[in-house]
Amino acid sequence: MTTDLLSRRTLLAAGGAVAVAGVSRLLVPARAQGLAPTRTMRGGANNYRPGAPIVDRIGGGGFWMFGTVRRAGDGKPLAGQRIQIWAHTTEGHEREPQSHGATLTDANGIFRLEMPQIVPAFGQPHGHLAYDSGDFETVFLRPVMPSARDTSLEAHFVLQPV
Amino acid sequence: MSRFRAILTWVGLATVIGVPIAAAAASPLLQWRGPIYIAAGFAGVVAMTLLLLQPLLAGGFLPGLPAIRGRRVHRWIGAALVAAVVIHVGALWITSPPDVIDVLLFRSPTPFSVWGVVAMWAVFAAALLALFRRRLHLRHRTWRLAHTSLALVIVVGSVVHAILIEGTMETMTKAALCLLVLAATVKVLADLRVWDIRPGRRAER
Repeated sequence: MTTDLLSRRTLLAAGGAVAVAGVSRLLVPARAQGLAPTRTMRGGANNYRPGAPIVDRIGGGGFWMFGTVRRAGDGKPLAGQRIQIWAHTTEGHEREPQSHGATLTDANGIFRLEMPQIVPAFGQPHGHLAYDSGDFETVFLRPVMPSARDTSLEAHFVLQPV
Repeated sequence: MSRFRAILTWVGLATVIGVPIAAAAASPLLQWRGPIYIAAGFAGVVAMTLLLLQPLLAGGFLPGLPAIRGRRVHRWIGAALVAAVVIHVGALWITSPPDVIDVLLFRSPTPFSVWGVVAMWAVFAAALLALFRRRLHLRHRTWRLAHTSLALVIVVGSVVHAILIEGTMETMTKAALCLLVLAATVKVLADLRVWDIRPGRRAER
């Protein structure tokens, strides 16, 4: 019980430190030392198709998936990282190949991929993202849209070197 | 009950069952779903409407279907409910196997799915209890308390499941149907005094 409380407190403190660092844009390595790696979300890997091609846009577009990729520990932005994205959209089910695509992060560790509008499926409007390239631990995310009417969704990766 | 009231009751029942189904049939989400996924959703909607019929039949509230005849229909509707749940889960499985496997193993990220799975097992248990009623050699009131306890789990689980889902059901008609199911269930449980399991006292209905 005591260890649970301690680890939760540590997590909260780490989260707070990250928030402060992010807001002030002062990612001093010494302060961000505790940046914890993002954990794979439940159901994140569902209907994953490894090796989705890098595309300019998935289908007809109209919806934006974006986020950041950073290194665990020092929080350094990671450039050129391949992020795979898929969802149930107006153009197809999660399982269908045309619903999948990948993009690379820019010099600031930011990725942004246009895709068709995500629609509610299996009870929630949600997307899937994967980092699965081998240099860092694999991470699967499954963010849920606050509203099905949203036209963008964000997800952030903090990757643990292998 | 007068003929007029009987007609009014059946028309009212047809409306409260038909309107949510019609509203779900008009859902914009359907245009982005395949036939099997659509069938899965509608099996769930139909199951929800059958949940409204079950307490009304068990309590003998429906005109022309007093307790004894009502309960014969209750058994058939119960069988249909089991079939609807099996179609619901089976068709969802075909649509996205990993999501349904997560749900059945209680490791899904979606909170509503837990309520649905609990309600599903309660439906199967209530049906088995009815099927093996004679062989179980339970006293009538003990059996009834077990069956209605499961019914309560089914109703509460299904209502929470349905309310939390963002799916094809339209919000207002879904909420109204859920309220009616809850009200009908509570009314029957109270009228039959199912918690009173002392033997030798005849039920009023």
